[in-house]
Amino acid sequence: MTKLLGTREVYGDTLSELGAVNKNIVVLDADLSGSTKTSVFAKKFPDRFFNMGVSEADMMGTAAGLSTCGKIPFASTFAIFASGRAWEQVRQSIAYPKLNVKIVASHGGITVGEDGASHQAIEDIALMRCIPNMTVIMPCDGIETKSVIHEIVKYNGPVYVRVARGKFPVVMPEDYKFSIGKGVVVRNGKDATIIAMGLMVSHAIEAAAMLEKEGLNIRVINMSTIKPIDRDLIIKAAKETGAIITAEEHSIIGGLGEAVAGVVAEEFPVPMKRVGIQDKFGQSGLAEELLAHYGLMPKDIAVAVREVVKKK
Amino acid sequence: METLISEIMTKPDIENLKKWARQLRLDVLMMLNKAKSGHTGGSLSAADIVAALYFYKMRHDPKNTKWEDRDRFVLSKGHAAPIQYAALARCGYFSPKELRTLRKLGSILQGHPDMKCTPGIEVCTGSLGQGLSMANGMALALRLDKKTSRVYALLGDGEVEEGQIWEAAMSAAHYKLDNICAILDFNGFQIDGAVTDVMNVEPLTEKWKAFGWHVLMIDGHDMEQIIHALDEAETIKGQPTMIIARTVKGKGVSIFEGKYQYHGVPPSDEELKKSLEELGVSAEGWPERLVE
Ligand SMILES: Cc1ncc(C[n+]2csc(CCOP(=O)(O)OP(=O)(O)O)c2C)c(N)n1
Ligand SMILES: [Mg+2]
Repeated sequence: MTKLLGTREVYGDTLSELGAVNKNIVVLDADLSGSTKTSVFAKKFPDRFFNMGVSEADMMGTAAGLSTCGKIPFASTFAIFASGRAWEQVRQSIAYPKLNVKIVASHGGITVGEDGASHQAIEDIALMRCIPNMTVIMPCDGIETKSVIHEIVKYNGPVYVRVARGKFPVVMPEDYKFSIGKGVVVRNGKDATIIAMGLMVSHAIEAAAMLEKEGLNIRVINMSTIKPIDRDLIIKAAKETGAIITAEEHSIIGGLGEAVAGVVAEEFPVPMKRVGIQDKFGQSGLAEELLAHYGLMPKDIAVAVREVVKKK
Repeated sequence: METLISEIMTKPDIENLKKWARQLRLDVLMMLNKAKSGHTGGSLSAADIVAALYFYKMRHDPKNTKWEDRDRFVLSKGHAAPIQYAALARCGYFSPKELRTLRKLGSILQGHPDMKCTPGIEVCTGSLGQGLSMANGMALALRLDKKTSRVYALLGDGEVEEGQIWEAAMSAAHYKLDNICAILDFNGFQIDGAVTDVMNVEPLTEKWKAFGWHVLMIDGHDMEQIIHALDEAETIKGQPTMIIARTVKGKGVSIFEGKYQYHGVPPSDEELKKSLEELGVSAEGWPERLVE
């Protein structure tokens, strides 16, 4: 069986490892530290942890202030509240002055499950991606999450990282090193390319395996940095495979699919299809049921690939 | 406590209301156990208040959910949805059988209140801090239309850490919304711990008074006090009323009482069994059979 790792659990552990070495790291949360896993850091470094209560806007502003005094603030809450509730605070107080604030938001996407639409962020990538100066990342598994957290500490500037409630299958090798702005080919192929983020990377790999049996040779790219997007890797895929399918646990509006489509349309137009949430809100249900309901399973990606390949 | 005026309504049947509160607690525990997720503590702490509103104070018609003259209820602390769903079912808005479907795919009972799915739900909540503003909007519209309907909003003590609550507090007083009655479920806990430890909100009475509200302090599990306060609120003119109701998170079940760790944890089968014994109610025949 494939190994499963929780990206939020890895975030919490990595943050507290880094906190031991880097005394400038401070952490803020908005009454969700048990869920975002910043509680691990809070236990180890209570002096450098600030629970702001249920007040996300205040948390973002406070993080901005801390960063102006040389601290490296990590601000965490659920993705919908980080990106939605506090959007303008993030834009004005953090992104516009290009401050060194790391927003790590948990419970992204519909795999939040039973809590329902109010808690399922399906627009966060779009909301963060459209802000100038903002870097937007979604790791595909626990191994990548660890590397992402290490890398964003080295980078000076605002970053939004989405992690998830559920556990993801491990895709990347143990020794993998993430670098900001670089996508990774996780499976080679020549007939079409699936460009995916987060959980959808493992679903894309499964889809590719299904299609292999039909004689289709599919490339899969883990596009963990949604912004700045790896233009070169996209152009290369368009040229070499002639068909692109994107897969994201996010609205097809404003997310990874549109980011990729922008590059493809401008640089090397080829047939394309976006697998994602089709401009609908989520609802309560089990994560797996919702993934099936909203067409985010490997078989749904495979359907999209077949369709696009036909248009080549 | 502020002075309470003597009862103005026909005498409410306190024993009957207590029975309804027990019914709602049973419903909440059963629903959450079946859903295997959801918010136990904050649903139980609000049971007596919700029972008093739905079975005594509010003018509403379960068979005519869009009746223009109805009183409105906004569950601003939307995660306590199960307690409102239980009240709606028991009032006849929908079949109690639906209570079995809480949080399941396709259910009319979403994890957080959803006006598009559930008869009797007035707005969509679940993202904390937004309910009081929506209640103000209703109160403004009702006044424009010369309606005597009242608007009730239930807030959490952690929830009032949200800045928007204080923006709404200001607006309600500024517009002299005396058709608004907010109730604060002052159970002392939020998710990460005690409210005083996470982000202190005290002194609450002084804050709401300073914001221009008429403030009442009550024991939120004493049915007579709840009734008195709701009745008094209706007589206050020219300003909104805030009832600060001292409650116990998880009230009624000692396993959950005062334990923030149970904020978002449903009762296991074992815990359910113990809880029902303690409440003196039975799961037999649920949800059709009512408590005695
Ligand atoms: C804007 C927003 N931030 C965070 C949350 C997550 N959350 C759900 S309940 C809760 C704590 C609420 O505490 P309180 O208002 O005291 O509720 P109660 O004790 O009555 O359950 C939090 C932080 C949310 N639902 N909305
Ligand atoms: Mg509380």
